[in-house]
Amino acid sequence: MTVTVAAVLAADGINIAKNVGFGIIAFGMVFAALCVVSTRNIVHAALWLVVVLGGVAAQYILAGAEFVAVSQVLVYIGAVMVLFLFGIMLTRAKIGSDEGMFNDGWALGIPVAALLFGLLGWVIIDYAGDDVIANQTPTPTVMLSDAYLGPFLIPFLALTFVLLAAAIGAIVIARKD
Amino acid sequence: MLAANFLLLSAVIFCIGVFGVIARRNAVLVLMSIELILAAVMLNLVAFSAVLGTIDGQVFTLFVIGVAAAEVGVGLAMVLMVYRNRRSIALDELSEMKG
Repeated sequence: MTVTVAAVLAADGINIAKNVGFGIIAFGMVFAALCVVSTRNIVHAALWLVVVLGGVAAQYILAGAEFVAVSQVLVYIGAVMVLFLFGIMLTRAKIGSDEGMFNDGWALGIPVAALLFGLLGWVIIDYAGDDVIANQTPTPTVMLSDAYLGPFLIPFLALTFVLLAAAIGAIVIARKD
Repeated sequence: MLAANFLLLSAVIFCIGVFGVIARRNAVLVLMSIELILAAVMLNLVAFSAVLGTIDGQVFTLFVIGVAAAEVGVGLAMVLMVYRNRRSIALDELSEMKG
């Protein structure tokens, strides 16, 4: 049975090693994401989030987007997680009445998420079906830089102003007067 | 690889993030769930970039990374200010603007 499936996949031009790696990383990511939204310890939630974001970076490499994967590691695991840990550290006190991490109506989230996943899954299966990603060679970084300094130059400059405004705004909001 | 693999994985992560935004009470944990949603969207963009064989998805992904970094910075600054004024970041207690 497995051999037959493997033969069919190989005949379709699907790389089996990549599929196995994808499955392992995907399982770890889903497990870690469930831990992020269900654990009762905030610091543990932040550390599980690191696992999810690292898994996303690994999936980028599987999809041939290496520069994006490295940027993901630098920005998220390097910078954003430090910001989250500082946020946890600065706001960690006994919260009001109890230490509850969940809203009263938290169970409402389960049907909403299940319904959303049903809809998205149906659309994805209908759209992609058994389409195979043909070209998975790594993208040369030169193509990205050409895109940024060519057709996407104006959005790129706009993004620099967004980051500048956000940095100044964060300082102004968080400053003690 | 199948294109649906990436898309279904990102759909699962997205739905888990939506559940976190609805269920969590602590503002920092809600921001973390929003990060899950953004990660799912970025995975989707990279997957479509690979499916269509163009570079645009990756360009957009890097834009999203930049905007998400700005969002986290401002969001955490706001959470910090709320905490400083009220000594609490439980979202169900922030009801001054309720009509």
